Amino acid sequence: MNEWSLIPLFWGVLIFLLVNAFACLWRGLAGPTLPDRILAANVIGTKTMVVLVLLGLAREQGIWLDVALVYGLLSFTVTLVASRLLETGRLKGAWRN
Amino acid sequence: MLAAAHALIASLLVITGAAFFFIGTIGLLRFPDFYTRVHAVTKCDALGGGLVLLGLAIWSGPDGEGVRIVALIALILVSSPTAGHALARAAFRAGLKPWTREHPRQGGMHESD
Repeated sequence: MNEWSLIPLFWGVLIFLLVNAFACLWRGLAGPTLPDRILAANVIGTKTMVVLVLLGLAREQGIWLDVALVYGLLSFTVTLVASRLLETGRLKGAWRN
Repeated sequence: MLAAAHALIASLLVITGAAFFFIGTIGLLRFPDFYTRVHAVTKCDALGGGLVLLGLAIWSGPDGEGVRIVALIALILVSSPTAGHALARAAFRAGLKPWTREHPRQGGMHESD
């Protein structure tokens, strides 16, 4: 197995995903409405999580996978909290409409 | 031979997932309003991230980092549709009108609202 190294492919896909993330950043900066900006942040978070896993495998350091797990959980939480703030205008208390 | 098939399957999965990420990026940049962008992005992110991480998990094997990567696949498959649905529901309740062909200027919500 060791004579087949996929590390150059991992670096290439990593750079490709970073270029995609910067393209999504344009929607976050110029998006006409607030939900567009939150959506762009969510997409960039998912791409960054995959980039962290690729970085961990390309550099052969397993600690990046734990960083990716925590980053993914935080990105998901931030999207849910921002959606709730957009919908109700509040962060605490029960759901009322 | 087996090592070659291993590397081939893993790299094909990773490249297919990266292509789905690219399709999602095009959808986010080109679609006319927020709801169509959610439609493009959540599915492509779940599928692209799942495929890339599945390829990496197959490459790492079950005794290396493969188990943690499978946990990350589960996280993506649960969180991406949930986040997209919560965001679309919040935008609809906040008063964002969907884009239609008859009212192409309707898909906007003023930033001051």
